[in-house]
Amino acid sequence: MKDVSFGQYYPIDSPVHRLDPRLKLLFLIVYIAAIFVADSFWGLLACAGVLLFSVLLSRVPFGKVLRAVKGVIFLVIFTAVINVLFYAGETVYWSWGIFSVSKEGMVFSAFLILRIVLLVICSSLLTYTTTPVSLTDGVESLLSPLKVIRFPVHELALIMSIALRMIPVLSEETARIQNAQKARGADFESGNLIKRIGAFIPILVPLILSALRRADELGDAMEARCYMGGKKRTKYKKLRFGWGDLAGALLGAALLTGVILLRIYVGGVI
Amino acid sequence: MRIVAEHLTHIYNEGSPFEARALDDVTLTIEEGEFFGILGHTGSGKSTFVQHLNGLIRLPSSLKRAKKRKPKEGLPAPVLRVGDFDLADKKTDFRALRKKVGIVFQYPEQQLFAETVKDDVAFGLKSFADRKHPPEEGEIETAVREALGAVGLRYEEVASQSPFDLSGGQKRRVAIAGVLVTKPEVLILDEPAAGLDPLGKNEIADLLHRLHGDWCKTVIIVSHDMDEIAENCTMSAVFAEGKVKYVLPPRELFKHAEELSAIGLDIPLVAKLCRALSARGVEIGCDFTADGFVKAVLAMRGRA
Repeated sequence: MKDVSFGQYYPIDSPVHRLDPRLKLLFLIVYIAAIFVADSFWGLLACAGVLLFSVLLSRVPFGKVLRAVKGVIFLVIFTAVINVLFYAGETVYWSWGIFSVSKEGMVFSAFLILRIVLLVICSSLLTYTTTPVSLTDGVESLLSPLKVIRFPVHELALIMSIALRMIPVLSEETARIQNAQKARGADFESGNLIKRIGAFIPILVPLILSALRRADELGDAMEARCYMGGKKRTKYKKLRFGWGDLAGALLGAALLTGVILLRIYVGGVI
Repeated sequence: MRIVAEHLTHIYNEGSPFEARALDDVTLTIEEGEFFGILGHTGSGKSTFVQHLNGLIRLPSSLKRAKKRKPKEGLPAPVLRVGDFDLADKKTDFRALRKKVGIVFQYPEQQLFAETVKDDVAFGLKSFADRKHPPEEGEIETAVREALGAVGLRYEEVASQSPFDLSGGQKRRVAIAGVLVTKPEVLILDEPAAGLDPLGKNEIADLLHRLHGDWCKTVIIVSHDMDEIAENCTMSAVFAEGKVKYVLPPRELFKHAEELSAIGLDIPLVAKLCRALSARGVEIGCDFTADGFVKAVLAMRGRA
């Protein structure tokens, strides 16, 4: 019921929490660019170092941060294995039919794993340290230039914020329905895959119904308050770009420039 | 089934900023055969308490991977027994327990999912059944017929309908029937009358009395509606901030009007009337039910 799922806002105060959401979003983009530009051990080490620094600064416990990685562990292992087996490298250790294991393939997979892990940690750090509301404000503000070409930025931001807002509501609802069906003897833990999928019908049907009902009610409530979206709406909390944000921007810029320079002048492993 | 709880403590999200202490050293005994009312404000821990009773929330010691945490200083180990089931033991068969202790959650009509009323009511029956010997069609039909009858619905009228085509009150009855179908000995209802009009509330109260008489030995209702408790219960407990404040029969409990209002709880309408009359010098001794009040007033007028 009140057990929190991963990726949700972690409500403490820290320099990272106080940063402007726009800066954090841009930083995430720059960071992702940096981990894919970095093609050497030193480049990725620099990326990892910057992330470690951010995590320490955010004071979100390591356990929480690593839990985000746990969610994608299967994907990571799967991609790594596929890559090791299919990468066409030169120093081949073992091969069988179309499969081969080479030194290059292993290095490439190691880089890939590291990149995915860093990517996941960095993006979950964003959601841990930024409330959905300020995240949406950030997105809206960043996309606002698109208003010129009549792109419905505000509506998009609204959809996003409602979707984000509903995640905890629906997960609570799921837990509630799950408990109710468990009390009626439903068993979600045993049986084969098909049985288990079947076991979710008693949860899915009520969940979808309640989501539709909530959507209806929210729509009515907004209409009753004459919600009109778009122009001339003012914000309760104005976004401000402060000194901390400047420092963050400089850090991001330095990291990206650093890995680009490393790539050009030192060259990478792959 | 007698329910014994000692030193129950439950903390949600322990060790995180979301930490919330829902139960704080709760000790409470519910005797077999009682119509028990659990009162309390939102967040007082009453729902968390009842979810312990059928193992939806487990005691740490009953989990397979029992956390090897040191017991808290000065606090004796929690005890929770429902009939012969020891809920602190990890060997307990929790499915067997859930069959004996039925819980009807708040707004149970929101859990309906099947295509027909019959299938929905039969869900519990099928899922509790022995895998190797699934119940026969005839058995299912008899059980569903009985359960629907117990909640005052006619099998012939509703069984083949979609539960979503029924009225709100009927949906709730079907959902209650879905819990009754396995014939639990203890029936727990979380806010059974929430969101119903006064007539609907009376119907649910009548229904619960009928069930208490000849279907389930023990009925426990969780509520913050004082009238509901005063009218129906033989015994009641008041929860506040995760602790049990009072365990008294309603007629005794509502004499503590000041203390109850201090923890944000109201008193029944009849109790308010008695207090107002008492302030004007008219003492009416009654049990805080509407019937009792009317009888007391009539007796007084007869005397006058």
